[in-house]
Amino acid sequence: MAVVRRRSSLPQAPSFTRADVEALGRENQEPAWLRERRLAAWQRYIDTPMPYMEEEWRRTDYRHIRWSEADRLLPANGMTSGVVPGKNLEPLTGEEQGGLLVFVDGKVAQFELSDRLARQGVIFTDLRSAVRDHEDLVKTRLMTRAVTPADGKFAALHAALWNYGVFVYVPRNTVAELPLHVVCYNTAAGAGFGHVLVVLEDNAQATMQVEYASRHSGEQSAYIGATELIVGAASNLRYVSLQDWNRETFEFSHQRGVVDRDAQLDWVNGVMGSRLTKAFIEVDVVGTGANARVSGFFFADRGQFFDLDTQQNHNAPLTNTDLLFKGAARDDARTLWQGMIKSLPEMQRIDGYQVCRNLMLSDAARMDSVPGLEIEADDVACSHAATFGTLEEEPIYYLMSRGITRPQAELMIIEGFFDELLQRVPFERVRQRLMDEIEAKIIG
Amino acid sequence: MAATLEIRNLHASVQGDESLILRGVDLTVKQGEIHALMGPNGSGKSTLANVLMGNPAYEVHDGAVLLDGEDVLDMEPDERSRAGLFLAFQYPVAIPGVTVANFLRHAINARMKAEDPDSKGIPIPKFARMMREKMTQLHIDHAFAGRYLNEGFSGGEKKRAEVLQMAVLEPRIAVLDETDSGLDIDALRIVADGVNSLTGPQMGALVITHYQRMLNYIKPDYVHVMYDGQLVESGGPALALELEEKGYEWIREKHMAQLEV
Repeated sequence: MAVVRRRSSLPQAPSFTRADVEALGRENQEPAWLRERRLAAWQRYIDTPMPYMEEEWRRTDYRHIRWSEADRLLPANGMTSGVVPGKNLEPLTGEEQGGLLVFVDGKVAQFELSDRLARQGVIFTDLRSAVRDHEDLVKTRLMTRAVTPADGKFAALHAALWNYGVFVYVPRNTVAELPLHVVCYNTAAGAGFGHVLVVLEDNAQATMQVEYASRHSGEQSAYIGATELIVGAASNLRYVSLQDWNRETFEFSHQRGVVDRDAQLDWVNGVMGSRLTKAFIEVDVVGTGANARVSGFFFADRGQFFDLDTQQNHNAPLTNTDLLFKGAARDDARTLWQGMIKSLPEMQRIDGYQVCRNLMLSDAARMDSVPGLEIEADDVACSHAATFGTLEEEPIYYLMSRGITRPQAELMIIEGFFDELLQRVPFERVRQRLMDEIEAKIIG
Repeated sequence: MAATLEIRNLHASVQGDESLILRGVDLTVKQGEIHALMGPNGSGKSTLANVLMGNPAYEVHDGAVLLDGEDVLDMEPDERSRAGLFLAFQYPVAIPGVTVANFLRHAINARMKAEDPDSKGIPIPKFARMMREKMTQLHIDHAFAGRYLNEGFSGGEKKRAEVLQMAVLEPRIAVLDETDSGLDIDALRIVADGVNSLTGPQMGALVITHYQRMLNYIKPDYVHVMYDGQLVESGGPALALELEEKGYEWIREKHMAQLEV
């Protein structure tokens, strides 16, 4: 007889209080507008039930999170960037970085900005300082244009409690040639609320990489983050995010790029770590001729669950989005990709593409993909697909017949599977990092 | 000493299937010799090729395969390859995302690592030079090295890729499984030239073919005919011509008559 297992209990909520929100504003001597926004977001958070059976959440069970461990705000502990693994600090290209900002346990542990970028008027600083030093620039864009508290329960919680982050501002007609690099590294368990706000004014260019990682801990952590990429007209942003949290971390994040007229966003998103990741990854192409390319890499093993919701919102005619996610799962891991292309009515001549390709490396792994289209225009070229494959014996035999050992043959086929995605990554070092990650996941 | 592949009383079936496809095959191929193996469709030629290479889809029930006296059937396909055996596949499989060059470099490195676990593998410039030489020798466009293995290859390109692999890996005994099938006459000539340039004292070959046509280009020392899982005729090059003239029906009738006696 089939047993239908129903969820018997609602997800627990973390134990944050309004007092935590008020304390943040007070300790940081935040301006009144920010304190008000935090409290408004808190109210929205309180008024919203814990997500549970909504369409985007009904396949995501996160009730095994132990909030009693994961909701403690990390205290300052005097850690320096010396604790961060070398691979997370490597520049994206070349030897030189335009800027490096390292957070350890949510506190600034290292900060550098090249004179050249500073002279160009590029702002690259931690978000708390930016609220103080660049108040007007931040006020109009922080959680108003890309991610907003209305995006969901965790977006509201983030808006109420974000406690560290980075602010990047590239002025009009400015090319920030040297890459910017941000590292968020945690040494202790607890709750992190990191925020990335990148603003490119019109006709600007920048390249940026953000790495998330944490040291193994016996206790659970929660990362409730937000990423906002605001790309002005005719601008070009190349953005790489690599997430490698420890296996006790639950990530709930909202990430959104907003791409204006004739601008280009090239976004690479690698998901490798965490126990559970629930990420909303969205691009809004809001100006005629805007172009967004989103490339997702994920590889889940041993008890991991990655749930990636992508959305491509065509809010202007003649816009282009191209999304390719490729992932693998082994052991008893689970992955879920839910994709959506949306267009506002009468947004003609749009071209949207979304594909998720899955490679299942064990019978116990489970991978789901749910592509979707909601197009309210007729002169469009939109396509979507999801594919599933396993490691087949025939190609393994073929490679082995040339003297290649079985483990090496399997690795080659898996790397070959990811090659289509790696070819879209415009940075050799990031490609190498992802290759190393594949190898580590397979060889262990 | 010349390498010797000895096939003794080999019985094999598809994995998990009791009905035998190979029913007692005996054949010895020495380095420096070219043997042609002919026979009608379904006689077991490709099964023999795959069993020799260790395709896990097949199961050996009885008999032995020895390479220089060492039991091949005990080896994994990669060990057989490193021992000097090669199979040019009839239907090479596509490996998306793995380039011809990357694949062959791994194949060479696997050999070097098997001999010396500390080997760093072949230096890339040396490998690139060697690939260019082999591709020139086989009239293969050098851009071939950067293409994904067999993906989107035409029939002729796949066969040429097989011959290129053979040239790079320099086996002692090569089995060519219907390398002529699906080729037009020009492609056939190119592939046959490639095979001819590689055979010689350093390599023995078992050339499996359905048609005599291939043997206009590759001159065998011996010709064998397989029927119903056994070698029923063996002889010199003249046998191939006789077969061409009389057709496989001749073999069938002759073999049936033998069975009745």
